[in-house]
Amino acid sequence: MLYNLQVNGAVHQADVDGGTPVLWVLRDILGLTGTKFGCGIAMCGACTVHVDGEARRSCVTPIDFVGGAEIRTIETLGEGKVGSALQQAWRELDVVQCGYCQPGQLMSAAALLAANVQPTDADIDAVMSGNICRCGTYGRIRAGIKRAAQILASAGEVAK
Amino acid sequence: MTAILSHGISRRAFLTASAALGGGLLLGFPLSGQAASQGVASDLNAFIRVGADNTVTLVLPYVEMGQGAYTSQVQLLAEELELDPARVLYEAAPPDEGRYASPLFGGQITGGSGSLRGAWRTLRAAGAAAREMLVTAAAQRWSVSSESCRVENGQIIHASGRTLTYGEVAAEAALLPVPDAPVVKQRSNYRVVGQSLRRLDTPAKIDGTAKFGIDARPPGVQYAVVASCPVLGGKMKSVDTSAALMMPGVKQVVRLERAVAVVATNTWAAWKGLEVLNMEWDAGANASLTTQQMVDAADAALGRSGIVSTVVGDVDQTEMTATDRYEAVVRLPLLAHAAMEPLNCTVDLRPDRCEVWVGSQVVGRAQKAAADAAGLPLERVAIHNLFLGGGFGRRLETDYVTQAVQVARHVSGPVKVTWSREEDIRQEVFRYHNHSRVTVALGDGGAPASWRHKVVGPNIMSRFLPVYQKDGVDLDVVNAASGPYDIPNILIEYSRNEAPEGLHTGNWRGVGPTRNVFIVESVVDDLAHRAGRDPVEYRRAMMNSADTARPRAALELAVQHAGWDETLPARHGRGAAVFSGFDSHVGMVAEVAVDINGRVSVQKVICAIDAGYVVNPDIVRAQIEGGIIFGLSAVLYGQVTIAGGQVEQSNFDTYPVLRMREAPRIEVHIIDSDEEPGGVGEPGTAGAIAAVANAVFAATGFRALTLPLNPSDLRGV
Repeated sequence: MLYNLQVNGAVHQADVDGGTPVLWVLRDILGLTGTKFGCGIAMCGACTVHVDGEARRSCVTPIDFVGGAEIRTIETLGEGKVGSALQQAWRELDVVQCGYCQPGQLMSAAALLAANVQPTDADIDAVMSGNICRCGTYGRIRAGIKRAAQILASAGEVAK
Repeated sequence: MTAILSHGISRRAFLTASAALGGGLLLGFPLSGQAASQGVASDLNAFIRVGADNTVTLVLPYVEMGQGAYTSQVQLLAEELELDPARVLYEAAPPDEGRYASPLFGGQITGGSGSLRGAWRTLRAAGAAAREMLVTAAAQRWSVSSESCRVENGQIIHASGRTLTYGEVAAEAALLPVPDAPVVKQRSNYRVVGQSLRRLDTPAKIDGTAKFGIDARPPGVQYAVVASCPVLGGKMKSVDTSAALMMPGVKQVVRLERAVAVVATNTWAAWKGLEVLNMEWDAGANASLTTQQMVDAADAALGRSGIVSTVVGDVDQTEMTATDRYEAVVRLPLLAHAAMEPLNCTVDLRPDRCEVWVGSQVVGRAQKAAADAAGLPLERVAIHNLFLGGGFGRRLETDYVTQAVQVARHVSGPVKVTWSREEDIRQEVFRYHNHSRVTVALGDGGAPASWRHKVVGPNIMSRFLPVYQKDGVDLDVVNAASGPYDIPNILIEYSRNEAPEGLHTGNWRGVGPTRNVFIVESVVDDLAHRAGRDPVEYRRAMMNSADTARPRAALELAVQHAGWDETLPARHGRGAAVFSGFDSHVGMVAEVAVDINGRVSVQKVICAIDAGYVVNPDIVRAQIEGGIIFGLSAVLYGQVTIAGGQVEQSNFDTYPVLRMREAPRIEVHIIDSDEEPGGVGEPGTAGAIAAVANAVFAATGFRALTLPLNPSDLRGV
């Protein structure tokens, strides 16, 4: 059936079965390949997107489920304050290696920071342990999230 | 400046002043974020192309799979060309086993921690040669001597102050003879090399624009998924496609000899079609294969005499006269690679040509595999090698390329074949069961008077890299089999044991050293314990010769940063490991806590590495950090088991890997060195497995000689 989807601030149409996960609509129908397939069972987090601001594993989120909700993907992460702070931190600390899991890591991290501006190690571990990285960038991801929090805090200070 | 060309590489293999790259098909492929050079461009050699518009494009022979190879290759070339790395373009080398061969392996291979080691030998010389040709061309234009010219920031500058850009003289330079002995820069003059240049691939990898193999979408692409016979080595018998073909989006079902593919308008639709296929398989010879049978076969191979690969002194005599002897059998499990990007390959096959989009560690072999499967000559096959979502040895194989071309033979237009995670784990090219027996005759103070190590495993090099064998011995399987120690009598023996046909075995991050460092360092640790000596002091006593100075220094530095002598709470422990491998020297100390249920938590890992001269320190640190995490997954969880010829694991629920909450604090200390660069992609993995197992012994008193660690062995009271 035909779905009208809100993706990254624009309306897109997709004619697919209602059970089709958002992941495959994004990748195969809309050509937004930044969101990655890793496991298909919400075990690795590579497919993480935001649905109305909340982190969701798009590989197990049927298109029928999202309705008119706003989907955000890695392609527009940098448009938000939190996203651009994370990207800056990722560049400063050279977090990535192969980079395949990083869109999912960044989307999970962005949702975390949006809800918790100064996460502790335990907060970070709790949220980010759903995202697997086989290259082993965990230490740098943790440091990157803290650095992004710092960037956001100092931007907040300037704004005051 | 020092002359280079002392490495015995054929100069012609990498320095060819040809004007055409590839020819026929356009085989080069610009990377994301990189604009192709406009207008006329001249190839100064296989790696450097300069446009009339002064764009410089570097052609990188080593693929980017996370190890930072693009960045360090650009650093080397930009340094010799006196260019700002930010202003060069770069692209992945096309398939060409000659021009882009690694001098370490003799083929176009990215692996074996060899990218930087190989690039160090070829790319500096290539950059220097191109620079000299550009200078000569400018000097001829001006009718001055080359000696009166210098290069700076992409320009040739004459003593008079006149300047020419590289672009202005590139066409003339390309016609000049290639210098016989290009003179590379002295390290003291380096500006780019030796610096922690930020990774060039980061921007594209944090905004969704980086293109991995799985992201290829040629116009009109259809999406295919596959299921191979669940019994390894089995074949397709029959398939009822009627239900699948009625599923929305499903276009066709392709039957292969050992697999079936469903082609649809999107990947999900293809999977839904696959789910309702009614398949019958011919299980073949492995129908009742179990892990236990393979373990028994490897044990049996331990009992057979093998081929002696190393003899130092007289082990037989030493064992006969020794009063005390130690023996241990170590058993390593079957492992999957589980790279984050599941295997995939996109193919556009036409009657007269084939175009392939893939992430491969072996671009030339991928071309050959595609050509063979397509029935086309090599030059009719173009490979677009995109970023690899992890390699770890799995993408040294080309089975998934062959399979995708086989599917494409039945499909009109381009088709992308994507493996599910389950398929990726079940149809692995596995790290196989390696067993070892180490026999040590004990001398004064419990030190080894002799070291006998029989290694059992498949001869992977006989298939993968035949030159890496000697007299029937796979040189990788016996690599690092006696450790970095001064032991007067050593005998290394290899007893070959292949997997059952249909179960494919291959290279896994760390290769030989990942197996042997754990084996050697577990035994050495055990010997120290039996002798009642501190494990570090025990190792130190065996490392007093000049040959062992570098690994010993690495061990000392790691121990110093680890606070080795500080006391720890109960059920906490520190373990050490030291080894040489991939031309690097590593000392590592892991600290663990083991709870009463036997759950191991790795608290921190301290690594010191002498990797020779370091081109990019931060990339070295990142590789060691990542290698350690990869090793922790293996020592804590890594195990594939077989029952009824089928892999029992399927996804990250049953094949767990380390997650962030389990990731320890890691420190990497780089030792200053002017030696030739060593490899850094794999040593972290090799060291971590050994150091953690030794730390667990220190915490619990349980000596794990079989991996992965089993919590039921480690419970407290």
